[in-house]
Amino acid sequence: MDPGYDKPLPLLTGMTQALTGEFYRWCRAGELRFQRCTSCGRFRHVPRPMCPACGSWESEWTRSTGRGRVVTWTVVTRPMHPAFTAVPYAPVVIELDEGVRVVSTITDCPPAELQRGLRVRVVFDAVTEAVTLPGFERDTEQTE
Amino acid sequence: MTGLRDRACIVGIGQTPYTRGPLPPGANNLTLQLQAAVAAIADAGLGNHDIDAILPFVSLGNAEDFAVNLGIEDLRYQATSHLGGACPGASLLNAVMAVSSGIANYVLIPGGWYGFSGRRVREVVVADTTVMSGGVNARDFYFPYGLTVPPQWFSFTARLHMSEFGTRPEHLGAVAVAARRHAQLNPAALMRGRPMTMADYLASPMIAEPFRVFDCSLEADGACAFVVTSAERARDLRQKPVTVLGIAQGQPYPADDIVTRADPFRIGATNAAPRAFAMAGIGPREVDFAEIYDPFTFQVIQQLEEMGFCARGEGGPFVAGGRIEPGGELPVNTHGGLLSEAHVLGMNHFIEAVLQLRGAAGERQVPDAEIGVVTGFGDFGDSAIAILRNG
Ligand SMILES: [Zn+2]
Repeated sequence: MDPGYDKPLPLLTGMTQALTGEFYRWCRAGELRFQRCTSCGRFRHVPRPMCPACGSWESEWTRSTGRGRVVTWTVVTRPMHPAFTAVPYAPVVIELDEGVRVVSTITDCPPAELQRGLRVRVVFDAVTEAVTLPGFERDTEQTE
Repeated sequence: MTGLRDRACIVGIGQTPYTRGPLPPGANNLTLQLQAAVAAIADAGLGNHDIDAILPFVSLGNAEDFAVNLGIEDLRYQATSHLGGACPGASLLNAVMAVSSGIANYVLIPGGWYGFSGRRVREVVVADTTVMSGGVNARDFYFPYGLTVPPQWFSFTARLHMSEFGTRPEHLGAVAVAARRHAQLNPAALMRGRPMTMADYLASPMIAEPFRVFDCSLEADGACAFVVTSAERARDLRQKPVTVLGIAQGQPYPADDIVTRADPFRIGATNAAPRAFAMAGIGPREVDFAEIYDPFTFQVIQQLEEMGFCARGEGGPFVAGGRIEPGGELPVNTHGGLLSEAHVLGMNHFIEAVLQLRGAAGERQVPDAEIGVVTGFGDFGDSAIAILRNG
């Protein structure tokens, strides 16, 4: 945890942020959870009040296996934001085994070694007292 | 289905010079857009007070800001379509509905900014996440990982396209080189006098793989405006009208998150193109030129595919070999586009299409240009598609 942490953070408070706040509160507790529709069973992310598939307002935060695979990524080689000057870095898209996709980062994989289908598992980074970001590391137990 | 075909025309266009600073004293996004607006109204042979509807660009001013300066005492209609770079085309759809239904007679569509000297284009969403659908999701789920600007988030899709279909860096380069060749023929283009070869393109530094510097549009200062009226009223005005044959807008699903789509290549244009072409009663083969919203090279390939100019996956080879260059089978972005003329929000694509269809494009005139397509692309893939005809 870095008291001088200067990178952008999610907004976790306020009338519109209840669900986002809940997602990140689970992360802070060390658990990756996604909304799952109680009516039709579909997972969803980003958080939404309604299930777009069946219209249900009921959902529960269901724990993810935390395991997934790399779908795509970019390698940022020119800083475009004052807090992200340490280039290169590689934001990735991970598809969890539950089917939802997230933007994230892989902590133990240099950009040159990224590949489609790379198996990864969730790790947590408590970047501030309030915010823990989910990241991923190579899943050495599972390779495709 | 013909719908609103032949009911409305673009009858006036205006543009400021395109520059990259310095910011003139007292200038702002409104003053810049007002200059273009006044020019467009005069070009139509109208007076400022004739305008009775204003459709401003999202986040760049309210209709009232324009009306109080132009002295419009009875503004009958105003609306802003929140589709980012697809806003001009979406506003044209709105204008066509307004003038064909009698809600308004002369509609002003302005757009422009100090995108270089003011808030830089790359800073817009980080500075204000409300400017786009998905901005809040970007803040809460993308920004923390350093994914803060459009070339980064669109590079996800470009990389997928390359691995799925074998699209090559040279294919992206073909779009950049073609835009630069067109710009050499356009006195208004920022990159006039600065030609680029494929070797130059491939040597340009990476920004966010697979995008290089030369894959990215040119942050610029500039504004445009155009005036729309009914086909009947257009006959009495100064300029040869440019008629709207087909017009449609469309969105990807979900529109507010670029990474969770079942089909990662499906964008607004995929939905909008069949509607626009059906209204026009023509197909892509009958189009003489296309002005494709080009924030990055890849978006030209993607939109050509999704609109049916070629099959999905074939866009790379399609744009190679000179097809979209000056004199090619389908000249694309004959002004140089956002890549080599200036990033004026795609408003400049409409100005260029009208010039081409009036036969007033000078050295870069597409011979016998009869039908042109203009697209807008905004936010995480919203689209608007206009099919325009001379006369
Ligand atoms: Zn459901």
